[in-house]
Amino acid sequence: MADRPLRIVIAKAGLDGHDRGAKVIARALRDAGMEVIYTGLFQTPEQIVQTAIQEDADGIGLSILSGAHMTLFPLVVEQLRSQDASDIVFFGGGTIPAEDARRLKELGVREIFTPGAPLQEIIDFVERECGKRRALAS
Amino acid sequence: MDVLREFEQHNPRALARAISRAEAGRGGELVRALYAKAGRATTVGLTGPPGVGKSTLASALVRDARARGKRVGVVSVDPSSPFSHGALLGDRIRLAEHFTDDAVFIRSMASRGHLGGLAGATADAVLLMDAFGFDLVLIETVGVGQSEVAIAELAQTTIVALQPGSGDSIQVLKAGIMEIADIFVVNKADHPMADQLRREIRSMMEMQHWSGWVPELVATQALEGKGIDELVAAIERHALYLNETGELERRRRDAFTHQVRQLALGRMERRLDRALEAQPRNGLDPYEAADRIVTELGLDG
Repeated sequence: MADRPLRIVIAKAGLDGHDRGAKVIARALRDAGMEVIYTGLFQTPEQIVQTAIQEDADGIGLSILSGAHMTLFPLVVEQLRSQDASDIVFFGGGTIPAEDARRLKELGVREIFTPGAPLQEIIDFVERECGKRRALAS
Repeated sequence: MDVLREFEQHNPRALARAISRAEAGRGGELVRALYAKAGRATTVGLTGPPGVGKSTLASALVRDARARGKRVGVVSVDPSSPFSHGALLGDRIRLAEHFTDDAVFIRSMASRGHLGGLAGATADAVLLMDAFGFDLVLIETVGVGQSEVAIAELAQTTIVALQPGSGDSIQVLKAGIMEIADIFVVNKADHPMADQLRREIRSMMEMQHWSGWVPELVATQALEGKGIDELVAAIERHALYLNETGELERRRRDAFTHQVRQLALGRMERRLDRALEAQPRNGLDPYEAADRIVTELGLDG
């Protein structure tokens, strides 16, 4: 279903004010032909999931550089579940230790990208996974 | 999920999906089914140059409408890249305080190559929000230059927001967006040049002979919520004018005609593109080529 571009929410949560990474990803996805909805800083998990629902997003990318990832990622997963929206591809990025990333993926985060991840790898992941979701939905 | 059934049960995900379908050019069936339910919402358009404060004004208007218990839909259009077709939709940032209010539904739209300041499916999105039961639908255009006036064909009330310090008195004399305002807003009214801009707009208006509605001029500082009460009062006076004079019905008929025209034009364009692709007609002069193709498609006369 390539009749419209993929729509991706890029979000920053909690008290983390460092959004350069999120903006770089937003720009890269834009240049790959996607429609990127940027939420701005200091969002709650509920705000992020409501945004994704209203925007009919295919994916949510959450950037966390504050160390609060083990709190905020699971809260978003929980919100997605309670809103019956777990089909939305939820991925993240930030300074996240490998062990934490493993646990987050067990909880339902589809992928965690850490500093140094090539942009193309992130674009490929989003296109592949969100594309699969579209194919299922149609 | 059966989008229509879920839509009628007021599931916001169904509204979101319905808008996506309209954006993909597959909204016809839904619009047909829901058309009779629309026509109740007040529609207000917000236009103006990039950075003037359209989203901040929208957020302030949403806050006011919510305080009065109204349900509000917001459609916010940002430009698509002509190269990658991607877009960065950032208008929500200013509306964050309303994200978890379930009587507020915000949808960002990319213009997807559409000119005029709106997206091709904006009219459908507004109709769907109207049919969903929102009392007020705010439509925020892309940041416009001088000639993007499509919003005036769609909204009942068009607000043109301007900011001080962006050009001399000739700018307000030019044709285009300065002619579509039902209400002028001078935002960032604490700027030292704000009074000058207000004077220029006033003297521009004095040069024109008005019959019917005379555009109002409101000064705001949207970020601080200053002037929003006056803006809301101006919107209400305009709504009253539209109702009392029958202008509302005329605008609705015009909007309807405009949309029919757009839809029909889109289909004709696709036929034309196919015909041109199949037979490029090299070697003819452009007028001759156009004559022939129009005749072949049965569109002349």
